[in-house]
This record gives sequence, C-alpha cells and structure tokens, in this order.
Amino acid sequence: MPKSIKLPLDEKTVSSLRAGDQVRISGTVYTARDAAHMRMAETLDKGLELPFDINGQVIYYVGPTPAKPGQVIGSAGPTTSSRMDAYTPKLLELGLKGMIGKGYRNDQVKQAIQDNHAVYFAAVGGSAALIAKTIKSVEVIAYEDLGIEAIRKMEVEDFPAIVINDMHGGDYYQEGVNIYRKTNI
Amino acid sequence: MKKIMYQEIVDRVASMCQEANYNLGEDVFEAFQQALRTEESPVGKDVLQQLVDNAKVAKTEHVPMCQDTGTAVFIVEIGQDCHIVGGSLSAAINEGVRKGYGEGYLRNSVVGDPLNRKNTGDNTPAVIHLEMVEGDEITIHMTAKGGGAENMSDMKMLKPSDGLVGIKDYILDIVKDAGPNACPPLVVGVGIGGNFERCAFLAKKSLFRPIGERNPDPTIADLEIELMEEINRLGIGPQGLGGSTTALDVKIEAEACHIATLPVAVNLNCHASRHQVAIL
Repeated sequence: MPKSIKLPLDEKTVSSLRAGDQVRISGTVYTARDAAHMRMAETLDKGLELPFDINGQVIYYVGPTPAKPGQVIGSAGPTTSSRMDAYTPKLLELGLKGMIGKGYRNDQVKQAIQDNHAVYFAAVGGSAALIAKTIKSVEVIAYEDLGIEAIRKMEVEDFPAIVINDMHGGDYYQEGVNIYRKTNI
Repeated sequence: MKKIMYQEIVDRVASMCQEANYNLGEDVFEAFQQALRTEESPVGKDVLQQLVDNAKVAKTEHVPMCQDTGTAVFIVEIGQDCHIVGGSLSAAINEGVRKGYGEGYLRNSVVGDPLNRKNTGDNTPAVIHLEMVEGDEITIHMTAKGGGAENMSDMKMLKPSDGLVGIKDYILDIVKDAGPNACPPLVVGVGIGGNFERCAFLAKKSLFRPIGERNPDPTIADLEIELMEEINRLGIGPQGLGGSTTALDVKIEAEACHIATLPVAVNLNCHASRHQVAIL
C-alpha cells in the first residue's frame, strides 16, 4: 500500500521515509529544470533572494507540454535529475526538503540529502499523461520568459512516486538492482 | 517524372509528428504486454502496468505519452525519378514539424544554439538524413527522440583486436552506466563499423526498425538476441528500480569499415520508442 504524504514536508515525515517506499504526494510543488536552476544559481551568486520561499518545499523536475483547451496542464512526467546535481546541494542548504525526478543523483547530492534531512523521489519517466491527471492547478510564478522551463507552482493530489534516496543513506536504485542482478559485470 | 507537392510533404510530416507522440506503436505495446508476463519484480510490474495505462490515456485523449516530445529525426529515402514541386524537401519537413508540434500541443524542445541555449519556439530545425534510392517514391521515416536516453548514448573507436568480446563489453557498460537515466525498459540501438560519423548514424537507423524485427544477417541477428539476454541479466529493470526487463529489444546495424578501425556506437531509446513511416 502506498503511503500518503502531505506537503510541505516536515521533519517527522522526512525521517519516516525509507528508500523503496511507494508514496502518493499531495500539496504544493514547484517546478524547475535546467534553465530555472541556472537562473536560481545566478540569483544566489548575486546575493539576491530566490523567487519563492524554498524552505520546506519540494521541487519537481519537469517541463510539461502545452495544455490543450480544457486541460489544467499538458503531459508532465519527470526529467532526468542528474542535470540539476550541480545546483542541488546549495538549494538543500537553503531548506529545500524534497525533489521529484528520475535517475541517479551524484554523491554530493546524496550526502546533502543526509546532511539536510531531505528526500529524493522518482516518478515513472514517460508516464506523463497519467501523472498530469494528478496535477490540479498550475500557475507560473517566476521566469516566465523561460517558457516550458519557467517556475510553476502546482497543486498535486495523490501524485505517484517512490523514495529513491532517504535521509538515512538508503539508495533504492542500488538496492533494487542488487536483488535482480544475475551477472558480475 | 513523378511530381510530389511541397504541401503534401508538410501535411504528412505534421500528422506523423502527432501520431508518433499520441499513439504508442503496436510493437512497443506488445513488448510491454510480453514484459508484464515475464518481469520478476513486483515494482517492475507496477511500472510496466503504469506505462500500459499511460499509453491508453495518450491514445484515447490525443495527448503526448511523454512530456519530452523529442527532437524530430527523419531518414528520408528519395527516389531519383521524382520531383518535388513548390519548395525544398528540408523546408517542407521543417514546416511540417512546426505545424505538427504547434497544432498538436507538443513541446518545443530545441534550442537554436548549443551555447546561448535559446528555445527556437517551434521544435525546428529537425534532424534530417537523406538517402537517394531507385524509383519515384519518397519514403519518410520519422522518430521523436527524447533527450534523456540520447544523453546516455555513446560512441567509441575500438581496436579490431577488441573483437566481439570487446564490442559486447562496451555495449553492456553503456547500458549499465545509463541505469535509470535513460528510462528503461530500453530499445538499444547499435552501430558497428562504417566510420566515425556513419557508425553513429547506423545506431540511430537501427532504432527505426520495429521491436522484434531481427537484422536479416543471421550472425548479427544472433548477436542482437544474445546481447538482449545479457542486458536483461544486469538487473536494472523498469525505470532502474530493479528487475528482469531492462531492454525490450537490441537492434544492430553493421557496415564495412577501414582495416584499422572498429567503430561502435550505442544509441539508447527510452521505452517511448516512437517511429512512423509514410510513403509518398
């Protein structure tokens, strides 16, 4: 049975999550991918404030397709998280509590997840039409000129994901593959 | 000489772009069903079921199955006895992409310059490969190629002495390193031989072949099957969460090469293996 979790994430919830837990996420998430992360990093380098209060929040790595008439949002599955690795430890230090994406994180991000008590979830890549149905509202809140890469505030309900990296050092990509590997390569 | 109108190419290309993104091919759908029967991991089975359900929603509601609606890549076989009227072939294809992506609510995922990285806003330019053939028909092969799997692709100039063992080890390394990033279960496209740029093209071209269709050369066909079995022993599984379905298929194209070289290219495709064909 998947665990239902509410955002923003509190310390108790983050601490209870373990690599491999299937979850259904409800609440507010912020979208950001390559270009938005680059701009957030530049903003911080200049000593300026981020365009939203990141403390306790979750970022979803996604660049949705345009909404058709009548849709809240177009298809909206996760993009590869590792492209955001260079920017992530700094955001975690500033209070970011969770990330939703797909694929490996580097060692610095995994360490920062432990140090700052955060969590990394994966959603199913390519399941974008189904995932879009769990997104109930969308509003562009910053960097509108970046188009599909703008920062959006989304309300999600029962968004399906799985815990990959937990604050206790668990890594489900390693654990899952170890169970089914039948070769020494 | 047969005449083919510019606008006919535009309209066909536009509809191919939308079809590719809304309707998962029967070959992939059948491969998902087969994988659901054989996958050992319960989590892996859940992922596969989610992908089947997602494909059904995309098809029914005419929405993209994945938000990465890809770079539009074309291999066009032009019959030397036909004549295109009203504009150039590449202009027609690009206009078709503009129309298909714009009217179909598909995502524009192309930046016009790799350094300043400004989105072109209409998913052009497309990547177009042309091949002259006999006859008076134009055959357009199209794929919408996602960036995630493209990023995990690789190319290497092996030594002839590396041989078959070296080729297999290299391909397995690439798939293993890609892990969850390339959105498994994958279609693994391999080019062997040719030269530096031709080898990469062969790997891409192999991905246009439907899942389950083997290379006509029996030696290469056996290698495809062997590699698929070895890849599925890696344990990566659907979405890299562990399991016995890492590849839905392995495709290899091989070609003549220089006495000193053994080029090998691996072009990974995510499970959204989207290809279309039109004959004009």
